[in-house]
Amino acid sequence: MSSLLFERLASAVAEATRDAEIFLPPDVEAALMHAAAAETNPVARGELANILENLDKAKSLSVPICQDTGIPVVYLTVPPTVPVTKELYDAISEGIRRATASVPLRPNAVDPISRHNSGDNTGQGLQPVHILPGDTLRVTVLPKGAGSENMSQIKMMLPSQTADIPKFVVDVVMAAGARPCPPIVVGVGIGGTFDGAAALAKEALLERIDVMDAYEQELCDAINTLGIGPMGLGGDTTALAVKVKRGFCHTASLPVAVNIQCWCCRRGIREVEL
Amino acid sequence: MIRLTTPLGAEVLDLKAGDRVLLSGTIYTARDEAHLKIREEGFPFDPKGAVIYHCGPVVDTEKGVIVAAGPTTSARMNSLTKPMIDAGVRALIGKGGMSAEAREALSGRAVYFAFTGGCAALAASCMELAACHYPELGMAEAVWEIRIKDMPLVVGIDAHGGDLFADVAKGVAERYQQLHWEK
Repeated sequence: MSSLLFERLASAVAEATRDAEIFLPPDVEAALMHAAAAETNPVARGELANILENLDKAKSLSVPICQDTGIPVVYLTVPPTVPVTKELYDAISEGIRRATASVPLRPNAVDPISRHNSGDNTGQGLQPVHILPGDTLRVTVLPKGAGSENMSQIKMMLPSQTADIPKFVVDVVMAAGARPCPPIVVGVGIGGTFDGAAALAKEALLERIDVMDAYEQELCDAINTLGIGPMGLGGDTTALAVKVKRGFCHTASLPVAVNIQCWCCRRGIREVEL
Repeated sequence: MIRLTTPLGAEVLDLKAGDRVLLSGTIYTARDEAHLKIREEGFPFDPKGAVIYHCGPVVDTEKGVIVAAGPTTSARMNSLTKPMIDAGVRALIGKGGMSAEAREALSGRAVYFAFTGGCAALAASCMELAACHYPELGMAEAVWEIRIKDMPLVVGIDAHGGDLFADVAKGVAERYQQLHWEK
């Protein structure tokens, strides 16, 4: 990779991260405004008003929406002309280091056992980078906070249990309760392998949340029947959306992963000039 | 909307779960490690009438400003809360609610306020940094002394055992039982 491309990619990662931290995508903001307008519970209305005011403050002050600036999960489409080398990964980590200093981000990355903090949101095994083929070099950064990530679950179900999937999804949301900062977005990965289902569930969180198919809508309605409400204080909206991604799996398997995202459903996207 | 100013006194006993409050004055951030440190080495501030905020903020230490300061999950501090209330702390601020053990510790003495999770910019916009205690704990775990103006809060647990989170959870469990799954 040329030093020019390295620099452009690092800059794009830093800028996509900054965008994600300060501005919510239009579809997510619209979903929150829709929830606020439709809410009948007065405490929930207050919580949603705080959330919307918070989005305005983040924009006007140019600061992160949430103090848990998360672990940046990076999705990259790579055209055939760009080699997938160690430098590609190095450029991504360099971008994260720059964003950590310039936005600034909270340093969240620690060694899993010693809990030593690297101070710059990078470290061995980070960043999580998902590479897909594409026509352009495009960076998508999904900063994932711990409050919602910690409430996520995976279950290796039996192939005969497809009808039990909705119950599992609702069970995960119910067990999470107030902790993942509802109203949440629920990413569901059905199929693939043990690791593949988790990746599908997370990829589902990259999709627009203002459209749902019938299966997703049914899951979302079941979750909203519970009445957990914004911040677990009760109300009509517990989930803004449910997004499902499916993958072919082994005939003897049915892995199902549920990746919960808080109302702060962040994603930043940048195209890199080649 | 009820207006309160720190240090808080017996007026917190009149609050009821679900009341909305605008709080002004001084608050102190404390997460798990700060609670442990306070237990070992004592309070770096006067706990009488004080308000503890469960929060690990982003602070620009060069400029001396709070960049982002939403609440963290209060349940982690469930078993660490009683000594705070025993020392005279009158209110906690956090998200997600607390256990029956913490509710018991608050009883007759203090309240738990919920602040909207993730609303870090809104919080920072009504905050001014006053001091840092126990900086050796690092940015997220240090005790930050903060002056606030009109922070919008909801009484989550009152001093009489009223607990909005527990009430909501009970209703959720009942409605869950009524969901019908296709077989």
